[in-house]
Amino acid sequence: MENNLPSTEYKYGFHDEDVSVYNTGKGLNEEIVALISKKKNEPDWMLQFRLKAYRKFKEMPIQNWGPNVQDIDFDDYTYYIKPSDKQEKDWNDVPETIKDTFDKLGIPEAEQKFLAGVSTQYESEVVYHNMLKEVEEKGVIFLDTDSALREHPDLFKKYFGTIVSYADNKFAALNSAVWSGGSFIYVPKGVHLEKPLQSYFRINSERMGQFERTLIIVDEGADVHYVEGCTAPSYSKDSLHAAVVEIFVHKNAKCRYSTVQNWSSNILNLVTKRAICYENATMEWIDGNIGSQITMKYPACVLAGEYAKGITVSIAVAGENQIQDAGAKMIHLAPHTTSSIISKSVSRNGGKVNYRGLVSHNEKASYAKSKVECDTLILDKQSTSDTVPTNIMKNATSQIEHEATVSKISEDQLFYLMSRGLTKESATQMIVMGFLEPFTRELPMEYAVELNQLLKLDMSGSIG
Amino acid sequence: MAQLEIKDLHVSVENKEIHALMGPNGNGKSTLLAAIMGNPKYTVTSGSITFEGRDVLSMSVDERSRAGLFLGMQYPQEIAGVTNSDFLRAAINARLDKPMPLFKFIKEMESTIKKLQMKPDLAHRFLNEGFSGGEKKRNEIVQMSMLKPHISMLDEIDSGLDVDALKIVADAINDLQKNQEMSLIIVSHYARFYQLLKPTHAHVLVDGRIVVSSDASLVERIDREGYDWIEKELGIHIEEEKETIKTTVTSLGNCAAKVRKGE
Repeated sequence: MENNLPSTEYKYGFHDEDVSVYNTGKGLNEEIVALISKKKNEPDWMLQFRLKAYRKFKEMPIQNWGPNVQDIDFDDYTYYIKPSDKQEKDWNDVPETIKDTFDKLGIPEAEQKFLAGVSTQYESEVVYHNMLKEVEEKGVIFLDTDSALREHPDLFKKYFGTIVSYADNKFAALNSAVWSGGSFIYVPKGVHLEKPLQSYFRINSERMGQFERTLIIVDEGADVHYVEGCTAPSYSKDSLHAAVVEIFVHKNAKCRYSTVQNWSSNILNLVTKRAICYENATMEWIDGNIGSQITMKYPACVLAGEYAKGITVSIAVAGENQIQDAGAKMIHLAPHTTSSIISKSVSRNGGKVNYRGLVSHNEKASYAKSKVECDTLILDKQSTSDTVPTNIMKNATSQIEHEATVSKISEDQLFYLMSRGLTKESATQMIVMGFLEPFTRELPMEYAVELNQLLKLDMSGSIG
Repeated sequence: MAQLEIKDLHVSVENKEIHALMGPNGNGKSTLLAAIMGNPKYTVTSGSITFEGRDVLSMSVDERSRAGLFLGMQYPQEIAGVTNSDFLRAAINARLDKPMPLFKFIKEMESTIKKLQMKPDLAHRFLNEGFSGGEKKRNEIVQMSMLKPHISMLDEIDSGLDVDALKIVADAINDLQKNQEMSLIIVSHYARFYQLLKPTHAHVLVDGRIVVSSDASLVERIDREGYDWIEKELGIHIEEEKETIKTTVTSLGNCAAKVRKGE
């Protein structure tokens, strides 16, 4: 039966001709790290930071838990590619091939509709950067991270690398050594942005690692929603994605970070995402994982101030040859902090999906409260799932609630939907979409629609 | 493992007829309807079911639905995260060459919800999730009204409905039947429901067999006298379902349920 169903060929698996004007070739050493820094005209402190991180990277072992990524050959990747010399501000100046790629992803339309600004990462460098007046007038800084280093050096230096240390883990160290691109956002005190800020990312070169670095600072009482989207063309060779995201949410401020990663099925997606929340601040991670070969991603909230709040709503969908090892971390360091984690996982066609999470209430986190809800849907006998929660409480007044369910598609539900005329395939899709709805409803409308399309595509052929 | 067999059963339903299917609990009424709809829990080992000249048994559940069969279920499923409107739109579009225009769908859904006197937010609520028993039953009729089947099988659709709701549901069924070619097979224990729907035929199913077939007068007699007279007059032993026995596997043997729509 499987053979008669539509193929699951990766929808965004097109790639355009290589337009890069400079690349460092395969492999990594101190000279290449220095060259990257030089090409970017960086200040000396950043060069020293990169070199320090590179040395740490060399000596650190790969973590020995989670999916097996021990066999990565770091010499087999290209660490820096520069696609064109200058950054484009006007859409008309963007090279045609790059535009075509964006057209296929529907970016201009998306922009017209609700975007406050677009920063699109094409390979390692941002080629298109445009901001609406509204955002600029409010004093918001929305730049690619390289430009931010040049244009706002003091602000940059104050925050960069302070919540995700270059020594945090091997992949964070690698990112710190070779990072390029990513988004930099600063929202001044009291500024509320009605519309989300958005950026699309793409990897477009074979065997090329993408190491973007994102830094978001939401000053006191401010409010921002950042949307990051990832689609990548499919290649037969492995590709490495090791990003670092650092977010600072100051007193009474709020930040929401929404992302749906749909990396093609050969990509190793090893990402470190961490936010720190000060007094009465709120951080929300809306985190979707559909693609990649292996994903390891556990967005974290460090709740450092009283009444700070952390929320993660995430989904992970693993198909054939995929391992999604995803979850969340909530580190409570202050009294009356609260957190909630909602995780929805789906495995099918032999895929493996794990929830790996940490909730930690330390001695000072009196009256802290956490709620964790993990639900898993396993679609067939070949697919598997594990839930690996770690809950730590070091005081007597806080509380952690943990609920977990694992289920399969119910025959009765299938019969009910099919008895109304839906095919088995679309009935299954509908049940899965319904299962993931607590996530999709959190996304901006256009993203929800796109995600549903991706999932439908991803689900095709899942019944056998 | 209890096994219930339906055998030697011949039912023919012509256009616009309304058949009352009666009998004590546990004697095969729901099983028969579920098997006609194609519930995978039941195996049809022999016999035939034809609908408008087509072999129903060779069709999948969804094909049966698209061909014009409908089963209003005794225990409708809850599907979290799927709104009634998304579900119904998909179900309607599954039987159309071109999708129904959104505006037309919304209008139709609104008027159907109104007819069944359900809350306007029904369209945006998740399919049966958190619905009361009565709401679920009414929602089955909302679906039926919008899918416009040729043969509608209603399995204890009246249970859980109060007197007012019973009237609303019966009106909706009668309305639909008036406006289009639809036949009905109705399983109910209550004469009141049958009085509202006015069946043209009635059958009593005992131990998987139809033991009596007649017109609507049969419904009244059963309402008055129960099933005891069948035991006495026809010499048939009737066994009521015991609560502890769950029917897990049922085969439908020697069955010839002929469901036909007139030209």
